[in-house]
Parts: sequence; C-alpha cells; structure tokens
Amino acid sequence: MSFSVTETSSRVKWISGTLVITYALITMIPLVWIMMTSFKTPPDSISYPPKVFYEPSLEGYVNLFTTRTRVSPETLASLPPPENFAEEIVRNRDMVIAGPSKFSGRFLNSVIIGFGSTFLSVFLGTLAAYAFSRFKIPLADDLLFFILSTRMMPPIAVAIPIFLMYRKLGLSDTHLGMILLYTAVNISLAVWLLKGFIDEIPREYEEAALIDGYTRFQAFYKVVLPQAATGIASTAIFCLIFAWNEYAFAVLLTSGTAQTAPPFIPTIIGVGGLDWPAIAAGATLFLLPVMIFTVMLRKHLLRGITFGAVRK
Amino acid sequence: MEHCNVAEVELKNLSKSFGDQVAVIDMNMTIDNGSFVVLLGPTGAGKTTTLRLISGLEKADAGNVLIDGRNVDIETPAQRDVAMVFQQYSLYPHLSVKDNLAFPLRSPILKTSKSEIERKVTEVAEKLQISHKLNNRATELSGGEMQRVSIGRALVRDPAIYLMDEPLSSLDARLRADLRIELKRIHSELGSTLLYVTHDQIEAMTMATHVGVLQDGKLVQFGSPREIYEDPNSVYVASRLGLPRINILPADLFESMASNSGTIGLRPEHIAYGKGEPATVKRVEQLGDQTRLHLDFKGHAITALSPDGNPFAVGSTVKIQPENPLCFDDQGNRVAGSIA
Ligand SMILES: Nc1ncnc2c1ncn2[C@@H]1O[C@H](COP(=O)(O)OP(=O)(O)O)[C@@H](O)[C@H]1O
Ligand SMILES: [Mg+2]
Repeated sequence: MSFSVTETSSRVKWISGTLVITYALITMIPLVWIMMTSFKTPPDSISYPPKVFYEPSLEGYVNLFTTRTRVSPETLASLPPPENFAEEIVRNRDMVIAGPSKFSGRFLNSVIIGFGSTFLSVFLGTLAAYAFSRFKIPLADDLLFFILSTRMMPPIAVAIPIFLMYRKLGLSDTHLGMILLYTAVNISLAVWLLKGFIDEIPREYEEAALIDGYTRFQAFYKVVLPQAATGIASTAIFCLIFAWNEYAFAVLLTSGTAQTAPPFIPTIIGVGGLDWPAIAAGATLFLLPVMIFTVMLRKHLLRGITFGAVRK
Repeated sequence: MEHCNVAEVELKNLSKSFGDQVAVIDMNMTIDNGSFVVLLGPTGAGKTTTLRLISGLEKADAGNVLIDGRNVDIETPAQRDVAMVFQQYSLYPHLSVKDNLAFPLRSPILKTSKSEIERKVTEVAEKLQISHKLNNRATELSGGEMQRVSIGRALVRDPAIYLMDEPLSSLDARLRADLRIELKRIHSELGSTLLYVTHDQIEAMTMATHVGVLQDGKLVQFGSPREIYEDPNSVYVASRLGLPRINILPADLFESMASNSGTIGLRPEHIAYGKGEPATVKRVEQLGDQTRLHLDFKGHAITALSPDGNPFAVGSTVKIQPENPLCFDDQGNRVAGSIA
C-alpha cells in the first residue's frame, strides 16, 4: 500500500463521505416529512403516533386547488356521478367542489415577482459590477461600501417607512412594487458577488476584442458575459431564493392582487380544523421552481470550467 | 494574403507613467514598411507598455503615435488597424479553436463573409499546423498549440502592423526554435510590418531586421542586429547580446591597453590566445557545438570560447590578449578606444 501526500486515503474518503451523507439525510427529514404529509389524508396527517406507512392520497392537492362546501347526504345522493377523481375525493367527505382556490394565482404571483426581481437584480448587478471592475470611478470604494451598507441591518427594520412610502406611491400590493423591493434588497449582494467574478476575468480578453474591431459593448457581450456565466448563475440562484422565500414584506405589503405564495400557504384552513395535507401540498409545490432552477444551472455552479485556458 | 497592407509606424517623444512608476520615457522610433523590429529588454523595461501605447489600449502622457503618417492619438484601438498577440490570456476559453481564429474576422469593422472566414481560417491553421485541432475547445490545447492559435488570431487579419508581446516566452526551447523560424518565414511571405517584443536575445538576433534595446523605459539604441552587437553604445546594450556574455573589466587590467577609459568590454572573439599575459583555466564547459573556458585573470573572472580542438586543461595557464575590445567610460557609455 502506498501513501501519497496530496491524495486522501480511501478510508478518509469513506468516513467523510459517510458523514456528509448522514448530515444531508438529517437535514432532509423535515422536507421529506412535508412531502409525505402532502400525500396523506387529513386524519392520517394528525394521527398519533405519526404514520410513516400509509395509503397515499391526493386529497391534500385537491383541497389546495379547490374550495368546497358541505352538503346534506340527500343532496349528495341526488347528484350525478362524479366526473373526475377530485370530485370523488371531495364527495367522500360529504362535500362538493364550489370552485377553484386562490392558490394558483398566488403561485403565479410568486413566479412573476421572484423571477422578475431576480432578472432585474442580476441585470443591474452585472452592469454595475462591470463598471466597478473595469472603469475608473470616482469614490469607487466608498460607493461599493455604501452599496454593501444597505444590507447592514435587516431589511424589515425599514418596514414602516416602506409601507408608508408604498401606500403614497400606489405601489402597495402591486407586482412592480414587490419586484422593486426585492431588487433593492438583492442588488448589493449581486453587485459584490459579480464584481468578484468579473475581476477574475483578465482584461486582456476584452482588450483583444477592442483591437480586433469590436466596440466596448460588444466586447462585454461576447467576451465578458460568457465567461461570467458561472458567477451570473450563482448570483441568480441566491437572488431567487431570497425573493422566493421572503415572507415578512409579503405579509405587510401584499394582500390580494400581488400576494405571493409564502403568506398565502399558512392561510389555507380546511373546513373544521387545519388542513395539514393541503398546506403540505402547497409547500411541496412551492419548493419545485427553485429546485428546478438550481438543477438547471448546476453545471455553471461547478466553478473552474471557464478558468484554465490561461497560459501558465 | 495576396495583397499586403503595410505601413510605417512612427513614435514621437512618447512617454507614459503609472503614478510615480515611469514605464516609457521620451521614446522616438521609426518602424519602416515591412520591417521586423524587435524590442529587447528585461522585465519591467516598458516593452508591453510600448505595444499598448501603439495599439491604443493606453493613452500616452506625452508624444504621438503615427501610423502611415496619420496621427492616431484620438483613434480607438479598432480604428488604428493593428493586430496584437498578448503576452498572456490569448484565447477565449468559451470558444473553439476555429471560433477563436474567426473572432477578429467577424468584428463589425471587418464583417468578413462566411466563405472568406472559412478560407482564411483554413489557410492560417495550415500555416501554423493546427488544422487538426480546429474543432477543439481552446482549453484542450497544449501550451504550444495555444500559442500558435493566438499568433493565428493576429495572422488572419491584414493590419497595418502586427504587435507581438513575448509570444514565445512560455514555450519550451524546441518549440521556441521551431516557431522562431516559422515567424520569420511568415514575415517574409507576408512582407508585413511587425513589432515584436522579447527579453530573449536569440529571438532578437535571429528574427529582427532592426533591434531596439530598452532600458527602464528608454530606447537606448536602435539598429540592425549586427550594429547592436558590434557597435553597442553602452555597457548595458553590450551585455544584452552575445553568448557567452561580454566580459566587463577594468580598462587598466591589461598592460597593453592605453587606459583612457573606465572599463573595457571583451567578447569571446576579442580574446587572442598565445600572446599577452597569463590566465588560469578554472573550468571548461563542453556545450557540444562550443567549449567555454572560465578563466581567472588577476582575480577577475573571464568567460571565453576555446579555440578549435580545445587544447586547454583545467588548471593550465594560457596567455591572453585583448584585441579590439569595446571601451566604456565610468558611466558605462561607449567611448572611442584603441589598443596598443
Ligand atoms: N497598469 C499599470 N499600472 C502600474 N504600473 C504599471 C502598469 N503597467 C506597467 N506598469 C509598470 O511600468 C513598467 C513597465 O512595465 P511593462 O511595460 O509591463 O514592462 P515589460 O513588458 O517590459 O516587462 C513596470 O515597472 C511596471 O511595473
Ligand atoms: Mg511585458
């Protein structure tokens, strides 16, 4: 058996691998529990001791997307047979579907506001970071510090001024208002992260393009952007996660047209008692977009793809 | 590359500092049509800065750059019509070799047609022997191949002048030798104007039609390689060229010298054997094509070339006498000197 200084031995690898996987499993328990609950029936979800094995049901999802009313057994018997599985599930509880719930609208709001503010933060952040990285800007260090300082207290500390300001400006409960708010919170992170990435791209790349007849903007677009893709992707994920999960401002500033999913999900109360499967179903669906987005961009998250064509 | 766009480039009193750091001072130089000018100087001498001033990536503090008689001070790098090979970071890692080569041709200024791009890229790839790598990503090349591609990126264009910043410095000796010959051949084929920057005296001697020697941002001598070698105007310039290096010795070391100068510069060919004063052979270095002698002469080390047949053994005594050495004053400037 040979030993190498730079290569970890297989035993160390095995132990660290086991530790990481164990930790990952522990942190995933709440997540798995929520997903499991979303497929339980309401009685199963509150049974004691908690059920780990149960017969899966879509009742939570049906309840999430519908509003229902209780009807008398006679009326129920007089109805035509159920048209689909949702109707069937609901009738088993002596109820009929009264109409769609607000969930899909709130979910769509989350998508618009989350992705909108992410796009805006990354777009503005990239331009600002490029300028800070490449041009001589008077007081650049002070400006960068100022940008960072906007995150030195919790954003919610300024909730009341923002609330009053938004009411005056008519931005309360609007998509635009929430997009601007989340962009304002995210922009400092975006500028700082992206500046780090752009600083690492050698200027010679752009200079070569300038000499070859490209304009500054074309050099930025054709040379800097593709090489900053890694940084842009990870910045976008951070921004999206914040905007997607934000709760406090959403509660304060939205109530109807622009309400996002986080303040909405806890308000799903079933007829008689909390409808845990429906809440869990909302949480599960709410997880998906960020997960998909992250998986889509994961290639860019592995750094080092674009760094290495450098002559050493 | 049928017709050729060649131009004369002129630097007039060009100066550039970065804060307190002087990079280029008061540089005057004329680069003739079709010449291959090599700027020679150690790291920090201002070579890169000179190229950046010509290409327009830096703004001069004072002085002008003239390309084809046209003052280009207010022109952008694109308008100046120059091509540059950078010392580092030459290829775009996100593009294939082919796209890297085509990149300059696709610029809004050149707007080359598809078929023309295809033709030029193929031609240059063949010239540089990288045709088989055209579809590789730039990151999948060896150092030598990367360097060929970055030279190729300049060659696909037909600029007024090619600027090359130590393009061979990162390569191993064999590749360097190959590419030296290649570059020289390409230059004579194209007949273009080329300004090449290096700290390697062999590159300067073998490729240049003119050599400029830089010292701390100053152009201290400009001339043909022979002129610079045979007639250097200072100790500094004399030490830049020649292997083994020129021996700088006190002028009064040899009895035969009329000591009107501070030091003398003794190249190996300035040493005659068999007459004069005795020196001790300290070490004999066999390099294959030549044999170097390390001599001790009155406490001074002298490096010389052994005459054919290497008649000297370590420890033996040999008589040497300077013949037509270069004479310098106390400041290291060349003075007329003679030998008795
Ligand atoms: N962007 C810069 N900022 C500050 N100093 C610089 C800059 N570029 C070059 N210099 C300085 O100018 C001098 C000449 O540099 P350079 O032209 O790169 O030399 P060379 O290419 O011959 O090694 C060096 O002392 C260097 O430190
Ligand atoms: Mg340099």
